[in-house]
Formats: sequence, C-alpha cells, structure tokens
Amino acid sequence: MRRAHDMGGLPGGPVTPEEHDYALWEKRVDAMSVLIGNKNIFNLDEFRHAIELLGADAHEKLSYYERWVYAIAHNLIQRGVITVDELGRRMTEVEKTGRT
Amino acid sequence: MHDGHDHAHPLRPDRDEHPGYYQVMATALRELLLEKNVFTAEELRRQMEKMDERGPHLGARVVARAWADAAFKTRLLADGPAACRELGVDIGPTRLVVLENRPELHNLVVCTLCSCYPRALLGLPPDWYKSVNYRRRAVREPRAVLEEFGTRIPDGTAVRVHDSTAELRYIVLPMRPAGAEGLDEAALAALVTRDAMIGVALPKAP
Repeated sequence: MRRAHDMGGLPGGPVTPEEHDYALWEKRVDAMSVLIGNKNIFNLDEFRHAIELLGADAHEKLSYYERWVYAIAHNLIQRGVITVDELGRRMTEVEKTGRT
Repeated sequence: MHDGHDHAHPLRPDRDEHPGYYQVMATALRELLLEKNVFTAEELRRQMEKMDERGPHLGARVVARAWADAAFKTRLLADGPAACRELGVDIGPTRLVVLENRPELHNLVVCTLCSCYPRALLGLPPDWYKSVNYRRRAVREPRAVLEEFGTRIPDGTAVRVHDSTAELRYIVLPMRPAGAEGLDEAALAALVTRDAMIGVALPKAP
C-alpha cells in the first residue's frame, strides 16, 4: 500500500513558486537534526520513518519543520535520550517563561 | 523567473511572540540536548553558520568552472564530490550525481518522497521543491510543470526526471547559454541560477 509520503505520480494542482526566508527556529531545528545525525544519536532513516508514520494529515496540519520537531522528539524518546515526562515538563516551563 | 533574486520573498510569520506547540517543543528539545551534552551551544551555532554560508553561489561556481574548463567538466561528471572538493566544496557523506543537459536531453530533479536536495551546493531547498504538487507532478507531467516555471523545452528534446533519495542527490549542469563564450568564470557564474541547477529553469542570457 502506498503511504502518504509516497506521492510521486499522483495528480496534483499547479506548482506555485513559493518560498520564504527560513525563521530562526526553523534553522535551529535543521541544525539540531544535522548534529544529532553526525553524532549517531539516531540515523536519517529513523528520522524519515518517524515523519512517514505521521500519515496524510501531517502534510495539511503541520509545517515542514513542525514535522521535523515531531520526528526528533519521537526518536529521542525511542532511544531513551529523553523521556516523555521530561519533555512535557520542559515544554510547560518553556511556555510559562516564553523562552524561544 | 524564480531564481531567488528577481522576486519578493513572501515572509511566513515567524510567530516568535506566540510560539506554537511544536516551536515550544523545539525550544524544550534544544535545552534538554544542550544540558545532556548531546551537542554544545558552540556546535549548534557553527552548524547554523555553515548553513547560512551555503547557497546557490557554490553550485554556480562549480557550473561556471565546468563551462570554462572541459577537463574539469569530465571529472565533475565522473565523480561529482571529488570535483567539488577541488573547489573547496565538501559534499559530505551523500552521493552526488551531476546531470549534464544537452541539446537532446533536459534534466529535472525532484524528491517525491520528501525533500532531498544537494544542500552543500544549493543551500536549503525552496518551499515549492518540498510542496505536494511539485513532488506529485514532476514525475508525471514534467513538461507541464516546467511551463508553470516559464520554461519551454523543445519537443525534440527529451525531458528526464531524477528522483532523489536520502543517499543520492542530483544537480543539473545546464547548457552554457549562447553568447557566453569568452566570459570569465565569475561572469559565467552570474548566469547560473538555483532553478537552473534544479532543472526548472534555464540559465540567464549573457
């Protein structure tokens, strides 16, 4: 069965030549993922696999780097580098203090 | 033309004042990974600088050298990463294949599964390259997609589409435009746009 990311050859609409200047948070996420790969915390295939498991919704609901954030968190938890609780607590703290 | 210079870049709001759920998660992850010494703040800063230094100017330098130096072009087509290293560009661990456009063949690059792209030579990919419609249609109706970029390929020229993977990246070596004979490499490089190296456009006329 074809999964959501496997879209080559399907019918589609016009290609609009959109682009945007990458925001600081997006660059940080990109850089984090490169460093995680360089340090063999998890590999590119694990990273892609997590994104591909997100399914069809993810392309509509999440932006490109939002999907990356999800995939990084998922793999760090899988690998035991961080725990779900730890991440949840830290997110609450980050939100409360407005840190970026 | 969509070469990244001739039109305004729409700015997606960065929402830094009201970060969304995943931006908050990104900050939390960064803090945790720094505390756990997975990487240092210095390494993160350097990686971001490295990203900012990369862009289509590097790919353009490679193309201009290939246009100016036939022996370099032969080496580039035989072993892309090694030839790029001659110009001080490190491709990294992925394979790189250089696709030569010829009068009878036009090449187009896509990544239907995601967004694989020769970042070492072109920087980060534009949004449209990662878009659902480009990924779907580039392999199905490449000539129609090219027309949407204002690029008309003659009927007698074959269009070949190359689907990138995580391990294998492509870059197009466009044909040197007529009238560019005798230009030095810097002047040649100025004709080479990012989109020409993806294959959705042709180089600028001198």
